[in-house]
Amino acid sequence: MKTSRIALFASALMCSTAFSAQAAELEVIHWWTSGGEQAAVSLLAKEFDANGQDSWRDSAIAGGEQARAVVMQRILGGDAPQAAQFNNSRQFEELAEADLLLDLSDLAKKEKWRDVVRPKSILDPCEIDGKIYCVPVNIHSDQWLWTNKAIYKEVGLEEPQSWQDVIDQAGKIRDAGYIPLAVGGQGWQEDLTFDDVFMGVGGKELWNKVYVDRDEDAAKSPEVAKVFETYGKLRDLTDEGSAGRNWNDTTSLVINGKAAVQAMGDWARGEFVLAGKKAEVDYGCVPGPSRHPVLTTGGDIFIFPKQDDPEVEAAQLRLASMLLSPDVQVKFNTAKGSSPVRGDVNMASADPCMQKGLALLNDDENIALPKNAILSSDTDGRIQDLVSQFWNTPSMTVADVQDQFAAILQDGS
Amino acid sequence: MKRKTRMWSNLSAKIASVPMLVTAIGVFVLCVVYSIALSFTRSRYFPKFDFIGFDQYVRLWTTDRWTVSVSNLLIFGLLFVGFCLLLGFLLAVMLDRNIRMEGVFRTTFLYPYALSFVVTGLIWQWMMDPALGIQNVVRNMGWESFSFAPLTSTTYAIYGVVIAAVWQGTGLIMCLMLAGLRGVDREIWKAARVDGIPLWRTYIFIIIPMIRPVIVTSVVLLSISVVRVYDLVVAQTGGGPGIATEVPAKFVIDHFTERGNVAIAMAAATMMLLPVLLLVGPWVYNEYVRRVRA
Amino acid sequence: MTQTNPAVARGRKPKKMSPARYGLYGLLVISATFFLTPLYVMIVTSLKPLEEVRLGRLFSLPADITFDAWIKAWSTACTGVTCAGISPGFVNSVQITVVSVLISVLLGAVNGYALSFWRYRGANVLFGILVMGAFVPFQAVIYPLIVFQREIGIFGSLAGIVMVHCIFGMPIITLIFRNYFSSLPEELFKAARIDGAGFWQIFLRIMMPMAVPITAVAVILQTTGIWNDYLLGLVFGGRDNQPMTVQLNNIVTTSYGVREYNVNMAATILTAAVPLVIYFLSGRFFVQGIAAGAVKG
Repeated sequence: MKTSRIALFASALMCSTAFSAQAAELEVIHWWTSGGEQAAVSLLAKEFDANGQDSWRDSAIAGGEQARAVVMQRILGGDAPQAAQFNNSRQFEELAEADLLLDLSDLAKKEKWRDVVRPKSILDPCEIDGKIYCVPVNIHSDQWLWTNKAIYKEVGLEEPQSWQDVIDQAGKIRDAGYIPLAVGGQGWQEDLTFDDVFMGVGGKELWNKVYVDRDEDAAKSPEVAKVFETYGKLRDLTDEGSAGRNWNDTTSLVINGKAAVQAMGDWARGEFVLAGKKAEVDYGCVPGPSRHPVLTTGGDIFIFPKQDDPEVEAAQLRLASMLLSPDVQVKFNTAKGSSPVRGDVNMASADPCMQKGLALLNDDENIALPKNAILSSDTDGRIQDLVSQFWNTPSMTVADVQDQFAAILQDGS
Repeated sequence: MKRKTRMWSNLSAKIASVPMLVTAIGVFVLCVVYSIALSFTRSRYFPKFDFIGFDQYVRLWTTDRWTVSVSNLLIFGLLFVGFCLLLGFLLAVMLDRNIRMEGVFRTTFLYPYALSFVVTGLIWQWMMDPALGIQNVVRNMGWESFSFAPLTSTTYAIYGVVIAAVWQGTGLIMCLMLAGLRGVDREIWKAARVDGIPLWRTYIFIIIPMIRPVIVTSVVLLSISVVRVYDLVVAQTGGGPGIATEVPAKFVIDHFTERGNVAIAMAAATMMLLPVLLLVGPWVYNEYVRRVRA
Repeated sequence: MTQTNPAVARGRKPKKMSPARYGLYGLLVISATFFLTPLYVMIVTSLKPLEEVRLGRLFSLPADITFDAWIKAWSTACTGVTCAGISPGFVNSVQITVVSVLISVLLGAVNGYALSFWRYRGANVLFGILVMGAFVPFQAVIYPLIVFQREIGIFGSLAGIVMVHCIFGMPIITLIFRNYFSSLPEELFKAARIDGAGFWQIFLRIMMPMAVPITAVAVILQTTGIWNDYLLGLVFGGRDNQPMTVQLNNIVTTSYGVREYNVNMAATILTAAVPLVIYFLSGRFFVQGIAAGAVKG
């Protein structure tokens, strides 16, 4: 009921002769192609089709980098999709600045997004020059370890609570015939692991100093050196097949009892659920790993490239509104393994792992902005290249990588 | 009357050449100039002509990923062209020795050329997989220390890409070389045999110089695919491990899309263009522009 | 270069098998093994059930032949919400390839003909630029081409992707035809001119009938080239014209829990099927075509 009222309002605004909203087909580009993700996005599509007016036209493109590239090229080429997934980050900043995105401010005000969205910082990347250009759909945090409980039981070890634990336990796990730490050897996964080490070893304060304040001394400090050192030690913990492996193939190593642990964002949970595993029974989830875990509040958002057709625009607003509605938030995030962006929904049905995450998100002390929301895509990418190079080049010294790290942060936007 | 037809005919020729004119000037000149111009700006996702000089080039050449890409292209290019020529020639020579089932062998060597780089990359990624590929098979047969998983090593990954590319490209070269060999006058062979010149000497000192045009064509075709190599790397290694198999084309694409830095992407594209202009330019001028038809 | 039939090798067939010839066949068989192994692995893997694939016996024949992977790859494998396999991509690829090949080969033939016989002023320079164009990395012109196609409103349409294929195919096809036509005796052209035939008449009545073998080469080259393209399809195809290669990459990268190697292999073979069939059917013709002129520098 609510959605159609907005649609009416919108179409009346855009096209004074229209009295009722008409059906529109919206093409949505996203990169949700793994098992758990497919289940979640199908839910959104079904929900949107169910409003009786519109239809969801799915364009899945494997790989976030590839998908975002296609969106950019198609917007540049004047063939923009009606909606597109991005990370909650600065990736779409220039699109908004160039006035290519639909302004959602009115809808946001009407539905009081500023009040319902939690934590509040999640809406910040969407706001550019005082206008809201995107709708956040979920919160994903990178700082999680996923463990195979059976392996730890067999080896007789506690789940790791810090990166030092992971390193210390490696020998025993290796001797028992398991991979101590499964890493997918793709640039972004290596970078994610680095972020986890940074947060776990360096902590939130260092994170903010280095990335937000761009404090050169902090970037060159011994604390950051320690981060790189710890990260470097993890190289020997993975297996030979790591190179180029997808994240979900890596997760299956943990699921199938080949690897003890993987550091991956909370979306990995979806793979466990799909495999019929039970949280905290078959698999464990350790935030951080740190005694004081801090989660970055990344996640996915949708942008709506501007269209000429007022009917399409009305449908875009309907989709935006639907994505944030309490009901969809619960269903979608339960399927996907992410946290809802609203604090006012009932997530009682969530499993123990999700509950852990939700509890942490409630206190601003435990959260930080992800790197790609702080740095431009260009600078973020340079850091990723550097980290990936360091990970794959054991001969590279910590001093060398740290110098380059500090230089990129000083130079980039 | 005659003059008029001539003019009209010439006009038809000119009209017929419009698409060529548009492509040559519009795309290969104007678009290239536009790209080069962008490399001197600070453009991110969208073109913005705020000229800043050579900053992007300075950054480019101080970026490890770019220098690694360039050296990979050199390694890849030399090995790929070298092995394709060598293998292509040897296979062609063998096929030219009056063998049975020549057609079967020829088709066998040529078919990979029909496959896309994406397909080639995927197959070889699978063959080189340490847990499921050749390495595992050989180890299961009892040779425990056998190791063939180049894609997992930063040092050897690029050679893994070379193997895949040679597998794909050799057939065409074999085909070209075979055509060249078949074009050699039979009298030459007779003369060489009469003079008692050994077979290998005949090939190296007499036949190879005679099929020089074929070799030139082969080198040209191979070089074109070297500069453009992209799909293969994306499908086989994704540029990894780390940045070990990055190539310039991928640097360009990644930067004007995902990275949102069109300017540095175009600086990189310009650097890719430079050797083409310097090396191929004079050759093309000599071969096709200056030379009047023989 | 004289036209020779490569199917007929030179000289007498040797009567006896000497040790050297055994060695020759040995080498040929080893080479053939190298070239055939990946194809064999693909086919065998695609016919195995997943449990058998995971045993890691790359070369063993399937104990239990199943076509499930093929059916899944063709019609039910998922990318996102859509679960239609790679069959939609097949239709797109056919469309793109047929239209692009027709137009680009025709353009190349006309170009080669005009350059060979109607040497108007600047023709050589134009051709020089075009040949250089063969070496220009796609990447250097993709970006401005996107901007250009937006301005004329064809970005993301079939016309857009066809135009791009025609542009990037033009240098090599023009080169092939020019070299072929240049090798024809000029008297042929002069005689036709004296008879009063015009540009198009000579092209259609005299040149094209003579150029059948080289046209076949051009068609084969373009068909495989365009069918196998990934980058241009991805960028210029828009929502509705994504070729099979792009969908293949989507399906292979997509995995539902565990990676289904057998489905990936089946999808790979299906994607490669069209160019493979062309090669297997026209392999001999292809070699002849090259011998007939493409090789001439």
